[in-house]
Amino acid sequence: MPIVFQKTKGLTDVPTHYCPGCTHGIIHRLVGEVLEELEVLDRTIGVAPVGCSVLAYKYFNCDMHEASHGRAPAVATGIKRVRPENIVFTYQGDGDLASIGTAEIVHAAHRSEGITTIFVNNAIYGMTGGQMAPTSLVGQRTTTSPYGRDPKLVGYPIRIAEMLATIPGASYVERVAVNSPANIRKAKQAIKRAFQTQIDGKGFAIVEVLSTCPTNWGIDPPKALDWLAENMIPYYPLGKFRDPQEEVE
Amino acid sequence: MAKGRVFFDQELCKGCGLCVLVCPVQCLALNRKEINSKGYNPAYCKEPEKCIGCANCGVMCPDSVITVERF
Repeated sequence: MPIVFQKTKGLTDVPTHYCPGCTHGIIHRLVGEVLEELEVLDRTIGVAPVGCSVLAYKYFNCDMHEASHGRAPAVATGIKRVRPENIVFTYQGDGDLASIGTAEIVHAAHRSEGITTIFVNNAIYGMTGGQMAPTSLVGQRTTTSPYGRDPKLVGYPIRIAEMLATIPGASYVERVAVNSPANIRKAKQAIKRAFQTQIDGKGFAIVEVLSTCPTNWGIDPPKALDWLAENMIPYYPLGKFRDPQEEVE
Repeated sequence: MAKGRVFFDQELCKGCGLCVLVCPVQCLALNRKEINSKGYNPAYCKEPEKCIGCANCGVMCPDSVITVERF
């Protein structure tokens, strides 16, 4: 009987430490599947962030490097410039990329470094206990905004994909979600295009992936998928912002 | 008549229930009578004859515990 689905070789056999229902695991698998399908696992170097996915270096079946908080694009820049024949990617959360690491990601995009960034946006700081992130939605209750995020006090949530799409150096920018099997399949296509952009030498590529955090949102995993669809997608519209193949401008 | 078959690595399952949610023929369930060594109720195929081998469960599983065969 033909096997139509099994665990990818792009991931190690180490059980992940993520909470039940956390979609980090899905995004890890998509990256692993894409690297396996593109046959670049043996020459890929990933850079892990700080945040929930800090232990990502244990899970990806390729060479990995750990960076300090928010500095993954800077570390990846160094690796890619010294070893241009390698495929280099960063895997970062919203507390890492959209907050402390904004300078690094903006300038990596500006220089159009030949790296690929997987940006996981779950609208909250997961590892540290559910504090408000720059991407938390207006009115969203977190441990540091118990009455809901007040835009008069802390501003509006930051839309990273739209912001980076204004930079000429950002060759590939797309936002996807992992809240349903259909969206997961689309997310995989986007991640594949982002890595293909790097293989083709066309510069910086980023995929923003809307993700869930059932534990810190305080809801069960199936409800978290609904919450993502009802609250996050309206504010963070899915779609392709830039693609070197299509030149959607 | 079943068109597919699903296998679970039940020791790694965290019982999140996302596979149960996305199964189009509702043949999966969490096994409330069993607890794995992580302390979760693992998912299992409750009605294997209904399975169509669509692999939606595998695509949705955050912990890659599912293998799907299609006849």
